[in-house]
Amino acid sequence: MFKATLKSLLSRKLRLVLSALAVVLGVMFVSGSFVLTDTLQRSFTDLFSSAFANVDVSVSPKAEKGKQPEPLTPQAIADVKSVPGVASAVGDVQGSARPIGKNGKVITTSGSPRFGFNWTGTGQEKIRDGKAPAAENEVAVGGFLATTGGFKVGDDIALLTLEPKKTFKITGIYEYAGGRDSLGGELSVAFTEPVAQQLLLGKKDVFSGITVTAAQGTSDDALRDAVAAKLGSGYDVKTGAALAKEQADQINEGLKFFNYVLLGFAGIALFVGIFIILNTFSIIVAQRTRELALLRSMGASRGQVIGSVVLEALVIGLIASIVGLGAGVGVGALLATIFSSLGGSSLQLAGIGVPMSAIISSFAVGMIVTVVAAVMPALRASRIAPVAAMREAATPDRPLTKITITGAAVAALGGTSLGFGFNQASLPLIFGGILVAFVGVALLTPILSKPMVSLIGRLLSWSMPGLLGRRNSARNPRRTAITAAALMVGISLITGVSVVLTSATKSIEKLASGQLQTDLIISGEGQVEGQPATFQRDVLTKVEKTDGVKSAFGWASDGVLQGEDQLFAVAVTDVNALKEMFALKPKSGAISPLRDDQLGLPEDLATEKGWTVGSTITLQLAKGEPRTYTVGFVWAKSQVLQGAMVLPESASKDFRSDQIGQAFAQVQPGANVADVQKRVEPLFADNPEITVQDRSGFVKQTTSQFDTVLLMIQILLALAILIAVLGVINTLALSVIERTRELGLLRAIGMRRAQVMRMITVESVVISVFGAVLGLAVGLALGVATVQALKDQGISELGFPWATMAQYLVVAAVVGVVAAILPAIRAARLNVLDAIAYE
Amino acid sequence: MVRTKPTEGNRQVSASDGVAARAVDVWKSYGSGDAAVTALAGVSVDLEKSRFTAIMGPSGSGKSTLMHCLAGLDDVTSGEVWVGDTKVTGLKDRGLTELRRDKVGFIFQQFNLLPTLTAEENITLPLAIGGKKVDRDWFDVVVDTVGLRDRLTHRPTQLSGGQQQRVACARALVSRPDVVFADEPTGNLDSQSGAEVLGFLQRSAREFGQTIVMVTHDANAASYADRVIFLKDGHIVRELLSPSADEVLDTMKHLDSVVAVPHV
Ligand SMILES: Nc1ncnc2c1ncn2[C@@H]1O[C@H](COP(=O)(O)OP(=O)(O)OP(=O)(O)O)[C@@H](O)[C@H]1O
Ligand SMILES: [Mg+2]
Repeated sequence: MFKATLKSLLSRKLRLVLSALAVVLGVMFVSGSFVLTDTLQRSFTDLFSSAFANVDVSVSPKAEKGKQPEPLTPQAIADVKSVPGVASAVGDVQGSARPIGKNGKVITTSGSPRFGFNWTGTGQEKIRDGKAPAAENEVAVGGFLATTGGFKVGDDIALLTLEPKKTFKITGIYEYAGGRDSLGGELSVAFTEPVAQQLLLGKKDVFSGITVTAAQGTSDDALRDAVAAKLGSGYDVKTGAALAKEQADQINEGLKFFNYVLLGFAGIALFVGIFIILNTFSIIVAQRTRELALLRSMGASRGQVIGSVVLEALVIGLIASIVGLGAGVGVGALLATIFSSLGGSSLQLAGIGVPMSAIISSFAVGMIVTVVAAVMPALRASRIAPVAAMREAATPDRPLTKITITGAAVAALGGTSLGFGFNQASLPLIFGGILVAFVGVALLTPILSKPMVSLIGRLLSWSMPGLLGRRNSARNPRRTAITAAALMVGISLITGVSVVLTSATKSIEKLASGQLQTDLIISGEGQVEGQPATFQRDVLTKVEKTDGVKSAFGWASDGVLQGEDQLFAVAVTDVNALKEMFALKPKSGAISPLRDDQLGLPEDLATEKGWTVGSTITLQLAKGEPRTYTVGFVWAKSQVLQGAMVLPESASKDFRSDQIGQAFAQVQPGANVADVQKRVEPLFADNPEITVQDRSGFVKQTTSQFDTVLLMIQILLALAILIAVLGVINTLALSVIERTRELGLLRAIGMRRAQVMRMITVESVVISVFGAVLGLAVGLALGVATVQALKDQGISELGFPWATMAQYLVVAAVVGVVAAILPAIRAARLNVLDAIAYE
Repeated sequence: MVRTKPTEGNRQVSASDGVAARAVDVWKSYGSGDAAVTALAGVSVDLEKSRFTAIMGPSGSGKSTLMHCLAGLDDVTSGEVWVGDTKVTGLKDRGLTELRRDKVGFIFQQFNLLPTLTAEENITLPLAIGGKKVDRDWFDVVVDTVGLRDRLTHRPTQLSGGQQQRVACARALVSRPDVVFADEPTGNLDSQSGAEVLGFLQRSAREFGQTIVMVTHDANAASYADRVIFLKDGHIVRELLSPSADEVLDTMKHLDSVVAVPHV
């Protein structure tokens, strides 16, 4: 039996390759994800241990809850120095510093930090060119910043810090051990200590931390304990090794999430793979009916028949896992290399490794997926009565009642789980529900395929070959359905996501055109090291005075602590302007300028907390002592300003930054917005991170990130779709083999090669378009459900990405044509006489 | 009788000559070297128009090969084949395809029909492939002759073997080809259904003037033909005109003693 199986397997090399390919691709994705994240994790661990190589113990201020940590004073350094066993204690100053390139634009990185620090001469940085900064207007820059920005010693460089743009002279370029430009793609710049303190911490004579080295014979741990004892509470004292691990762990936590995302997409690809393998085995078993029945008539038991099919699956799974693992290591290594050199930088890769997790998951996934997919066809094969050997091999059409009822039940189960998932905001329930719903819809597909295929087919079957192609695709509803369902999965996920994103865009657009009465929006492009970009108050004053501006207001924003709750607050410069431009309506009290001890609340926050006009609320701001405010007004639910409380302008001086984060302006009636915009823009010449936009520009900027999200998801789902395309090719190729005799007959009675190819192509396009239509329908349903669930999160409008959906339909048709190429050529090349004689 | 010399010029094979298909010193061998098998060893034959010709001979004598070569399904090793005015030898795939579509009809032993098409669609398939209109009157005549009027909307799986073969006959006739080739069309049928099919073929030749060439093993089947050609070892060795079944049987029995004379 074993021998017979292997023989039959080897005699069908093409089938072997086609069915194994789906598993290979899925396994490749899985093992590639593991290899990539493992390599990156080890590289980051190496990076941080070299970053803290010179640090034995590090001291930093401990932050009180809700408050910004107070920087360290020189006294703390003196205290540390007095601890026995301390060889040196150096005060560090570090903070955000963004360099401006020679083109006037802020230089960005792909996630690596941009910071400035005080040049102490005791760090790891070694001057490569020139000399260390010594004067107020001098800086040294890291090698990586020098190469990225094209800076040389003697050049000027403009920097954004807590203060607006300031220009410095580059006196030196430094590097790290081994002549490296950076430790991990970061852009850094070194100031003299007083300048660093002023620009990075905003105060003279303060430090952000202390780097301590141990004297000979003192262990890091002992030193840490001694320093901590001396300083008392209020300080975090850690060894350099612990700090390195902490930071590496933080990055690795992020990478783990990244890995889960990749594995999620790998899972989708494998899920699609199951459809393909299931189909392949079903077709192979159907074609081997005679062979299997012959084995049965010779006395093989049902178990042996099942065993022979499962064995075939195991062999395919094993080979596919090995090949997939190998390909995955290659892909993982390639991606790691690309990743490490992103932006021309420089994460030193710690050699490519193959983690145990990659090997185990590859084999587990590859074998299990293949065997699971083969079990159903194997069971069916075992039921073949021996007498069938003598009869026609073609299996009669089994009724679809059972599968349809099961499908409806499974789809309902998936839908219910999805509903609960949305209700409880539980991701596992949501994803589980989606997968189960897919299985349900896939089971329903055969019953749908009859009317759908004939409908789609009618559009394509204007000629005889077209008609034959359409009939062929309707011939085996299960086969067509599973092939189409595989394509459905990828397309419906993309469609669902784009429905949500289109709805979000539409909601934002509606908001901007309806409730937002501002003409100009002045804001930072995204976040800078976790903080929004800001600008100084006097610039806002200049905006107000600009010719054509009717009124303008802005706010500083920060988190505030109320008891245990972290709330979000904006300190508004002009409440009247806010009320007018955001069209705020009072719920209770009057929306009017606030006294220093008053605040305004949005309706939902007030309801949630049970606050009304006159309630007193105690808030802890980032600086200073807790303060008590009285509720001055509550405004009615608004889409524009929700979730944030309004504080008087005076509160901003206790925010982490009292600068303006966002500002809004209205132009005078009759004034041209574009002209006013042109006059306002130059005011921000020193704040290149700030942009001045009109309403439509603002909407575009806000929604442009959606396109990036969509593109990423499309790329990640491309594999699932590729596997589905393989499925179409597979089904067609096997059908061509199965219908060899018919093809021979058609050729014998005068069908041209081109007509044969057209016939196969129509079949392929019908299957693909059917899959796409299913995918679009399921995707629409998923998207609409998600939008409904997110109604309270601000997605108030339902938008349909018709153009995108039409594109997917076209892509599916093209995919159908492409998938048909090889099978069609094979069919057209058949020798007529051989085909007629084919058994 | 059997031609021994190729005729010069093309004129003789034109329709006016009353020849629907012609083989001129056709040789066909399979394989090469020691393993080479000569299936046809210099066969020359004229198949007259409007005649029902049967080809008989022992298994392996080259009957199917001759038919395939005549129909443009297979190429010849040497010699020439003509169908109507068309020289088949040397045609490329496209030309052969058009020949099969427009000038030739086929009836195979089994699996003649496409399972996805109804009986009517199967019958008109060659016309549909060629983008030609169905001549409804002729279609009705053919359908009534084979007695399939009430089965037109049925799929092949809903038809008996005999009915399926009659659909195949109708298909072969509906495009009015120069020749209909049938390779053991009754091989899979019981004698009753076989007789129906054979009777129909005979009538097509007599009433509609359809040229028919049929390969058969069955002396009874051959007795329906106007002319019976006997093949042995790739040679044409005997020929009978309008024979009875007994005459055919008798000839078959004595074929063993006939020594094929190779052509020079
Ligand atoms: N494709 C082929 N390759 C090699 N030899 C072949 C091929 N087709 C036919 N032959 C050989 O050519 C000879 C004639 O075969 P053919 O099929 O024409 O015989 P036949 O008269 O139709 O026999 P039967 O009555 O059994 O159908 C045989 O010896 C056969 O083995
Ligand atoms: Mg034969």
